[in-house]
Parts: sequence; structure tokens; C-alpha cells
Amino acid sequence: MSKVPVTYKRTDMQSDQEVKWCPGCGDYTILASVQNFMAEMGISKEKIVFVSGIGCAARFPYYMNTYGVHSIHGRAPAVATGVSVSNPDLSVWVVSGDGDSLSIGGNHLIHALRKNVNIKILMFNNQIYGLTKGQYSPTSEEGKKTKSSPFGSVEMPLNPMSLALGAEATFVARSIDMDRDLTAGILEEAKNHKGSAFVEIYQNCNVFNDKAFEQLTNKETKVANRINLVHGEKTVFGEDGHKAVVIRNGIAQIVDTKDVDESEIYVHNIHEENPSIAFSLSRLSHGPYGPTPLGVFRKVQRDTYTEEVHSQIQMAKEQKGEGELDKLIRSLGTWDVS
Amino acid sequence: MSIENKTVESIPAITIRFAGDSGDGMQLVGTRFTDTSAVFGNDLATLPAFPAEIRAPQGTIAGVSSFQVQIADFDILTPGDNPDVLVAMNPAALKAHLHDLAPNGMLILNEDAFEEKNITKAGYKVDPRESGELDGYRVFQVPMEKLTKEALEEFDLPGRAVLRSKNMVALGLISWTFNRPLEDTENWINDKFSKLPEIAKANIKALKTGYNFGITVEAFHHTYVVEKASLPPGEYTNINGNIGLSWGLIAAAKKADLDLFYGSYPITPASDILHELSKHKNFNVITFQAEDEIAAAAASVGASFTGKLAVTGTSGPGLALKSETISLALSAELPLVIVNVQRGGPSTGLPTKPEQSDLMFALYGRHGESPLPVVAAKSPSHAFYAAYEAARIALKYMTPVILLSDNYVATGSEPWNLPDIETLNKLDTNIITKLNTEDGFLPFLRNVDTFARPWALPGTPGLEYRVGGLEKEEGTGNVSYDAANHQYMTDMRAWKISNIANDIDKLEIHGDESADTLVLGWGSTYGGITQAVNRLNEKGVKVASAHFVHLNPFPDNTLEVISKFKKVIIPELNTGQLLKLVREAFLVDARGINKVSGETFTAQELTDKIEAIINE
Repeated sequence: MSKVPVTYKRTDMQSDQEVKWCPGCGDYTILASVQNFMAEMGISKEKIVFVSGIGCAARFPYYMNTYGVHSIHGRAPAVATGVSVSNPDLSVWVVSGDGDSLSIGGNHLIHALRKNVNIKILMFNNQIYGLTKGQYSPTSEEGKKTKSSPFGSVEMPLNPMSLALGAEATFVARSIDMDRDLTAGILEEAKNHKGSAFVEIYQNCNVFNDKAFEQLTNKETKVANRINLVHGEKTVFGEDGHKAVVIRNGIAQIVDTKDVDESEIYVHNIHEENPSIAFSLSRLSHGPYGPTPLGVFRKVQRDTYTEEVHSQIQMAKEQKGEGELDKLIRSLGTWDVS
Repeated sequence: MSIENKTVESIPAITIRFAGDSGDGMQLVGTRFTDTSAVFGNDLATLPAFPAEIRAPQGTIAGVSSFQVQIADFDILTPGDNPDVLVAMNPAALKAHLHDLAPNGMLILNEDAFEEKNITKAGYKVDPRESGELDGYRVFQVPMEKLTKEALEEFDLPGRAVLRSKNMVALGLISWTFNRPLEDTENWINDKFSKLPEIAKANIKALKTGYNFGITVEAFHHTYVVEKASLPPGEYTNINGNIGLSWGLIAAAKKADLDLFYGSYPITPASDILHELSKHKNFNVITFQAEDEIAAAAASVGASFTGKLAVTGTSGPGLALKSETISLALSAELPLVIVNVQRGGPSTGLPTKPEQSDLMFALYGRHGESPLPVVAAKSPSHAFYAAYEAARIALKYMTPVILLSDNYVATGSEPWNLPDIETLNKLDTNIITKLNTEDGFLPFLRNVDTFARPWALPGTPGLEYRVGGLEKEEGTGNVSYDAANHQYMTDMRAWKISNIANDIDKLEIHGDESADTLVLGWGSTYGGITQAVNRLNEKGVKVASAHFVHLNPFPDNTLEVISKFKKVIIPELNTGQLLKLVREAFLVDARGINKVSGETFTAQELTDKIEAIINE
């Protein structure tokens, strides 16, 4: 990374391409948040690479004035792995959607997280297939009526936070498009994280799945439903903090604050090695319905795949010396014919 | 060692086949005998054959593994047709291979394995040693297990470990019979078991026991020797195709001043390329064992985007999975080499058998109009050069290139006259570090000669650009849905590839140029075809051959070569794929010789079939 911090204006981060999402799409807000964040991130833009798959969100790289690959459906984490491991000096960001990451690309997502490749994955979750005009997605709620499920979806949706934690992710967080400050804070944490970061961003699709996250954005309901996870702080929420999260027998539960001793209230610790509590927090909601945790669930240190690969290369060079072709082709033994 | 009545008969060539249970160590015995012969100075070629199962039920035909080697005092091209010597470690091995043994061939049996149980398991109703079916062969029964047990009595080893050394008894006996010293194998054993000295000693004892059995038993006093081959002068190593291909990739990266990235998912018979490259991290080689075939290809595309010589390797079924990703590299115009070590298909097919049935798939197995260059390795040592050539084209033309090998090239071995590394051509790339127009960077502004686009690498200030699978506008690379632009870009991608025809080796004619008949081949059938044509020419039959290394585009003199002949015969290990391509491209009434039996052509088989067509 550059030694001298670089700062840009937001416009420096914008490419010359016209943004073509539907008017009112949550992607605009996220793009603005990311561009603002990147302008002040302190990394020169030639060292930033955006990689995406297919879907509405996947057009994202075209709008960033950085290096970018708009790849194929579901494969962005794999492409980004190749980018990251080939040049550890780059800041590599994946932009994906719920279909791209969790359906067609599920395999690549879990393995990139497991390996702790140094890539930051932003998954815009709108709980619908937008680019193909409105089929249910792997995060759509059961019973969801769409063009491909006129009688309601019969599928159990995935919980992306639970999935990422189960896949040995070292950084797991959730934000929501409308909350730019929360997004910026999480992006900063993700950027500073060594290894893979998985960030789910609830994103409203105003055309095919409008108001899916209303419980978390509507003035009337959001206070009651947003559980803000803040490292080192007691997890209370609701009007005047009248609700709290406690961990009983290892399971996170929501209680009335007045009913418990203050010492029992869960103090969030993103650095807890054991992922069980973070997992339990992820089970407080299964979708943006009712009280839903937002913020960083987990941020722990583990060797990154990217670094480990290069340290093995270094080690091999120290042990065997720089590779020489003349020696290589003779390494199985030779004989002379005169 | 002077043995009173030992005789040594000098013979020009011998083909030996070792056959036994897949746990009997036949591949090892074959490889050791091969290496010793290579060091001795013979020309040679090998053909391993093993079941897809790691340990099929013991004693059954399904579990038989074999290794054939031909050694010669002259330049040979194939591992031999019918073995002159068959070593059968059990009745199943005998049953599976006896039909190939040459008349009056030498048959060495491990007589301890011929118990009733094993005889029945092999599917014999009567003991084949008593049924008369071994008449016409020179049969030598050797109590290999008894010899091994007695020899290793002094070692404190469990019974199963003792019996595992019986392959060394067989190797020792063959070494005696063909006058090969044991030192090379002894050194190898000591090296291999340096941490288990007891095992090393036991194996050397078994090896010597087999050798001494030959000294003792009069039946083995007539021995043979194949003298050194008069190969072109040079320094040689014995190489198989997977290793040759791996080294070719490493060399190409080095000569292009790039690092090598190899993304792969384990698959037979390509996995050995992953194993080999993983050993050479000190060449800055990054090997990525991916979660699946698609990720292996996708990560390679990512690596290519950053400026690596990116390669993804697989076998047939894996190529199918990579198809969409290859199209991305093709559309984004990024260099990528895709290695396909072909095996029998379709589906899981015959994972350990050679076939050339992915040619059409290599050429056409993508959606959309998506031409790309295809290069094929024709022998184990040629795999080195084929890999180098595939990398050269990918880097120079900013395109994915499919490199075809097959199980026969990949696992077979031959002596390789080592090249002078200095003389290997440097490889050019299209890396760009500065703006290519006054107004800014145009990622799809092409080189006027090669039509290649510039390769801007992340980390280069001022060249930030985005590329993907959506159609791009010529020049700017911006997403474009414009009708005329799509027509132009489709045509341009095709021109770019067909233009490569001017930049590759011309098709050469081998054999009798004045003949009316041309035998046209590609890939691993090179040895068989060339030997068949040589034999026919020696017999006075007029015939020539030519062999494609480039399957797309064809060399620019192909029509000229084909036009010189009245008859074109195309032998292939498929049902006629090059045949269709040649008929379509050159409008000739070519004839096929086709086979998909999981075995390659023998030189004799081709000799007979070619002659029959000539005589029609």
C-alpha cells in the first residue's frame, strides 16, 4: 500500500460511465457510500480492484474509477482470489448480490471465506432476482410470491451471517443501504481487516421487492427493530434501550432490560475467537423481520491465504535458491550421448 | 560376475510388460527398469496402464495394473506393439495380458500366486499352466513369494510388508536377464527410504535375491543385451508428458519475465501437473488448488488480469465446467492457457485411458462465436515445447489457448534431448505502462499486426480500466450494445485468431514426398503414425505423413501440403473429429482410421490399416 496517504474527491472515484440502475434503487446509495469511503481510504486508486459477478449489483465496477473485472455469475470470489494471491499489494473488493453469492456462487463464497483470502466481499442483499425481473432468491422469505413462485416460495431462505460464520469467516458484518454512516464504519473496519471480510448490505429493490427492509428503515419501526452491535458496548435497543440481548446457555435471547440484572446484558466482543456467540446473534432474526442485528458480528485475526502462499514461495527460494531452468530440466538425472 | 555357462545375446530391441495387482508395485518396477535403461543409453518409450480404482479387489482382472517399456539400440517412437516378455505376478495378470504376448515370447510367472483361489478369481476354470494355453511361449515359473520370505527372514518386518518386496525380486531377475546393473536402483531405494533404513535394506536384499536367482537357475543363463542407441548427440533425460508440460510452462513464464499461476482441481490424469508445479515454488510459481474446476479457471482469469502467465489444467469433464470461464477470458481478451489432458469420455468415461475425443470440444465447446487457438502435444518430450508454444500464443495475442495432451502423452515417457535454455526464444507480452493515446488510455486499441489489445496491470497509475464479459466497444472497451460494433468485434476476434496461421510452424511432410497417400495426424498418435510410415517406406510402399501441432488455426501451408496427395488418411483415437475438420476446411475426401477402445494404436495396426487403404 502507498506510504503517503492519498486522498481523493468523490468525483475522482467515479468512472465516466453513466450509472444505469433503476431510479430509486438502493444501489445508488451504496455506490455513493463506497465512493466517499474510497476517496478517503488512503489507498491510491491504481491499487484498487473491484471484481463482480452477474446481477444488478455486479455492474458496480463499471462505475468506479479503479481497476475492475465484471466477471461471470457467481465466480467473483474465485476471480478475486486469483487477483489477490497474484498481487498481494492490491486492495481487492468483490461486489455481489444474494443470488450471485448465495445461489450460483455459494461454493466460491464459502471457500474464499474459509481460506481467508485477502478480499472484501460486499453482498448487496435485496432478497430478489432483479436483473432477471423478479424471481425469488435464496434469501427470499418462505411464502414469497414472485413470477417463478406464484403460489409462494416453498424454500427455507439462507441466513447469510450464519452461513459466513459457519464457513470460518474471520470478518462478518451487516449494514443497510440507507444507513451511510454504518456502511462507512463497516467498510473502514473491513479495509483494516487482514483476510477476507464478508459484508451483507440490505439493499432495497424498489421495482421487484420494494420495502423489504422497511421494518429497519421506517421511522416508526426502526428503533424497535435495529439491534446495533457495537464492540465493547452493552447490547440494548428499542425506545430508551428497553430491550436487551442476553446470552443464556450459549444462546442469544431478547429480554426486557428491566427484567435482567445489568451485568447479564451481553457486551459485544467482535474479537471473540469462538464464533458460537456471533452465530447465536445471527439467529436472532432470519431475515429483516423483527429485531435484527446490524454491525460487525465478528472480526478475528488469522493468517491470510494470500500471505501464506507468498511466505511458502519465499521459503522455497531460501531453501532451494531462485529457480534455474538449466537445473530444472536436469533434475531427474541425465546421460550423455556422444 | 562371470558365470560359467552364461551366454549374452545381443538384440536390437525388446518390449517388456510387467503386470500384477494394482498394489503389486508394477509401475515402480517398470519405471526403475526404464530409468536404468535410459542411463545405460537405450532409446525407449513407455506405456503405463492402470485401473481407475486405486485398489480394485485383489486378484481380479479389474485390479490388474501394467507397465510396458520398449528399449532399443535405435531411435524408436512407440512403447512397442506386442511385448516380447511378460512378467505376470498372478493369474489375473496372465489372463489380462497373455493375448498380447508375442509368439514364443518369454513368460515369467510368480508361481506362488497360482493357487486355486486366485486361478478361479481370475476367471480360469482350469489352471492355465496345465491347460495347454501357454504352449508356444517360453514359460519360466519363479517362486517369487517364497524367495522374498526366505530372503527377508532376517528382517523384523510384518508379513505383509515382506510380501510387498516381491516386485523387487521380479526387477532383480529381469535386471539379470537383460544385463542391467543394480546400482542405479539400489541408490534409488536408499534415497527413497533414507528415513527407513530397515525397509531400504530389505528391498535391496529382495532385488539381489531376484538377480541371484538368475545366476543360480540354469534356465536363466541365456541372457540378452540391448546395446546403447545411436541417438543424436546431446544430454538426455527420461521424461513423461505431464512433467514435460509442467516444465514448458515454467520455462515460458521465465522467458516472458512473468510469474506462473496454475489453477487446478484434482482430476486424473492431469493432477500430476499440479503436483509437479507445486514443487517449484522457487520459480515464483503460484499453484492454486481450487474448490472446483470453475474456480480454478476463474482464479486463473483473475491472475491473468494482474499480469501472470495464467494456466488452468484439467481433463475432459473439467474442461466442460470451465467452458463459461474460458469464454470470459476470450471476451475480455486476456491471456490464458487451458490444459486438457484428454481421457476416455463422455462423462466420467475411462479416466485412466487415452482418447483424442475432445478436439471438437476444444474448438467449439463454448457459447457464442468464440474461436480460440488449439495446440496439441505429440509426445512426452514434445509436451514441453507445446506448452511453451501455447503460452507464446496466449501472451502475444491476448487470448485463451487450449493445450491438448492425453493420457498416453501424459503418463508415457521417452528420452528427451535437452534443449539449450539460452536458445529458447524470449516471449513477448502486451504489457503497457503508459497512456496509448493523448486523450487517455484505450484498453481495446489493438496492435496493428497481431490485433492484440494492450495488457494494463493493476498497480499501474493512470491506466485504471474495467473489463468484463459484456460486449465492449472497440478502442474504449466500454460496454456497448451497438449492432455494428458487435458485428465488428465478433469479426475482429475471429480475424485475430485466424491471423495466427502466419505465425506458426509450417506443416512438414515426413516420409516419401512423391507418394500419393498422406497420413495426417495430430497429438499422441505421432509415434505410431511415424513408425507405421517408416515401416511401409522400408517395405517400398509409397506413403508420407504430416502431423498437426496447431489445430486452430491450421498452418498456412496446409492446403498446399494436402493438395500434393491423392489420398488423405487420418488416424485418430476418436470417431473422426480431425477428419470432419479437414474435410470441411479443405474439401478433401479424407478417410479415417478410428478407434476408441481405451488403447492407443500400435504401429503394426496402423501399418496394416494404412496399407489396406492404399491397396484398395
